[in-house]
Amino acid sequence: MKLLIKGGRVVDPANNIDKTADVLVENGKIAKVAAAISEKADQTINATGLVVAPGLVDMHTHLREPGREDKETIATATRAAARGGFTTILGMPNTDPILDDQTAVEFVLSRAKRDGIVNVYTTGSATKGQQGKELADMWELRNSGAVAVSDDGRTIPSANVMQKVLKYAKMLGLPYLSHAEEPSMTGAMHEGFVSTELGLEGRPAVAEDIIVAREIILAEYEDAQIHFCHGSTKGTMELVAAAKKKGLKVSVETCPHYFSLTDEAVRGYNQNAKMNPPLRSKEHVEAVKKALKEDVIDVIATDHAPHLLNEKYVEFDEAASGIVGLETAVPLVISNLVHAGVLTLPQAIAKMTINPAKILKIPKGTLSVGADADVTIIDPNKEEVVNSSEFESKGRNTPFNGMKLKGIPVMAIVAGKVVMKDRKVTE
Amino acid sequence: MIPRNYREMFDELNKKNEEFEKILATMKGPDELSTKDLVSMDDLTEKDIELIFRMTLPFKELFIKRPEKKIPLLKGKSTINFFFETSTRTRVSFELAEKHLGADALNIGKSDTTMGEKGETLNDVARVLNRMYADCIILRHSKSGTPQMIAKEVKVPVINAGDGWHEHPTQVLGDLYTIYERKGKIKGVNVLIVGDILHSRVAGSLLRGLKKMGANVKVAGPSTLVPYGVEELFGARVYHRIEDALPGTDVIYALRIQVERAAAAFIPTTREYSKMFAINPKRVAMAKPDVIVMHPGPVNRDLDVRTEVIEGPNSAIEEQVTNCFSVRFAVMTLLVLGKPGQGGKQEKLLQRWQE
Repeated sequence: MKLLIKGGRVVDPANNIDKTADVLVENGKIAKVAAAISEKADQTINATGLVVAPGLVDMHTHLREPGREDKETIATATRAAARGGFTTILGMPNTDPILDDQTAVEFVLSRAKRDGIVNVYTTGSATKGQQGKELADMWELRNSGAVAVSDDGRTIPSANVMQKVLKYAKMLGLPYLSHAEEPSMTGAMHEGFVSTELGLEGRPAVAEDIIVAREIILAEYEDAQIHFCHGSTKGTMELVAAAKKKGLKVSVETCPHYFSLTDEAVRGYNQNAKMNPPLRSKEHVEAVKKALKEDVIDVIATDHAPHLLNEKYVEFDEAASGIVGLETAVPLVISNLVHAGVLTLPQAIAKMTINPAKILKIPKGTLSVGADADVTIIDPNKEEVVNSSEFESKGRNTPFNGMKLKGIPVMAIVAGKVVMKDRKVTE
Repeated sequence: MIPRNYREMFDELNKKNEEFEKILATMKGPDELSTKDLVSMDDLTEKDIELIFRMTLPFKELFIKRPEKKIPLLKGKSTINFFFETSTRTRVSFELAEKHLGADALNIGKSDTTMGEKGETLNDVARVLNRMYADCIILRHSKSGTPQMIAKEVKVPVINAGDGWHEHPTQVLGDLYTIYERKGKIKGVNVLIVGDILHSRVAGSLLRGLKKMGANVKVAGPSTLVPYGVEELFGARVYHRIEDALPGTDVIYALRIQVERAAAAFIPTTREYSKMFAINPKRVAMAKPDVIVMHPGPVNRDLDVRTEVIEGPNSAIEEQVTNCFSVRFAVMTLLVLGKPGQGGKQEKLLQRWQE
């Protein structure tokens, strides 16, 4: 079985490639990347005018299965991923039950094998029940297939426990993915002018910075690897930049909403603009963009967090936090970063392919010969109005509905097989 | 729509009231509000506020002077007082005003609904109410933003009777009316707001209302009880030593210190607060001689304001209650009988009133 992708702009940051070329796929692997490949293929795709990238990796997805199949299942999450141009996703451990033992991790991976149409990796919980008190069986979690540990959704409140998590995870070669928000600083939105106007309790940006600083200090002390989920503040960016300068094993991701929206989006008590960490003021959004540009931010991830509508459309204080992201991420990145001149295309692609793959040490995110033939094709000039009713995800909770965006994923290929064409899942 | 005998009574009273005539003469403007709902002071234009004031005076005169209370402008209309949080003065004031206006008023509290027990959401409750075609919904809720949420779901006017830390517009309309009554104007009046600005829905509306009407506003309170960005947002200078803020003040507006909440984490003790910020005679004397002291109630006597001041000559605290009550007649009448935003067929309420 041979598949030939002809005439596209091949962007493969892992190999420092950005040129017009053809990509030949053979038996599910990348066979060749070169100009004018003349070999005969079973299927030829004309990619003229399109961007051919390694299959995109989202290192921050909430699969909701097991436990909340009403919000999302591994089947629907992977379909949403395919529609959004992601060929690999990483599930977060805050399911029900929490992924804090090998049975649960193995369940996710076996379900993914049965129902998934893209590659699914999973994290394990760093502490039992994500309670932040006792270490989870990380060795077993790793041996069952978890590629990282995280208490995502929560910060480990105790610095003492945090230190032990980093120490133990380091022994096992697992990165720790930190949800950094000081738990004693509550509040439904970012503290700023808008929170005062709306009469909502504000959670200041420093709530994030405090934990980022703590985590960096502990990671330095333990010489451990730390990755920050959804960085959203100027302080986080400054702290991570300084840590990187020191040569620490620190990385950070941000999400499309943190460079696309400000806390102004909360006006009208818009529950779809409620998330953790909260949408920030302009100053922070600018800092996030600057950090993207300067490659302080390594990764763009979605924090795809599907919720039922009736968990969202309640009093703002009571509304569930989080938004779906898999199907809007690429258009937001291309529109708001690439077309807006913040990132070059290779920079943007790197943050969604090889960078997350390297952090997680998974063999993804490149078009190297012999690699799994996961490919994402993007039409950078195609426009689309976001319509949540077309989502493959069960979640409709998005603040981007009705927004016109430019730069649409038009094909997703997983191990040589087309799983999405023209925004339609083909599986 | 106004029965003949009442109109005659109105006219008679109006004729007798020279001041009212004068105000009417100087305040010609639109006779309908520009908004369907009163959720925030931001919903109102300056002209809207003037219109509400113009309507307030005759109502106030009427129920104070007349032996018969009914002014059945809202006869045949129904109102729902949806109070999710306990309230004395606001709920009674709305209900009594509704009854005087001849509306059929219904009260519901949180325990009367299926929300807690059966898990119905506020939105669904709002939609149920919408289908019962009440003419006005008055909402009090402990969470900010709920009136706005409900207003999106129902077709009839929604009046915010206090939401979370956000706003309490009818209280503040009565307060602005009080300032207007006592000082003859609002523009240029020096107002000092004292106390817990952070948690106060009254402060939320007051800061907006005073800014809109052109007053000079200062706030004084412990740093932990002043929210982010008050100066930039509302043009109100912040003081932490009340003595520095008092000179030149025309109106001292003290807020209620929420003993349970504030004392828990925001201030060390109410005793210390009281020493630093309570409105006592000495502090009143530092303001202008004709300063008025206001408070939205319920007052923590001797903690927010000393009893001597509450009972003293500068106090406008009880007058506020009457004015907030009067203003609610005007607001409900305008919102229920007016058809703002529908264009064309206006009901010319005031015109009829003045005929």
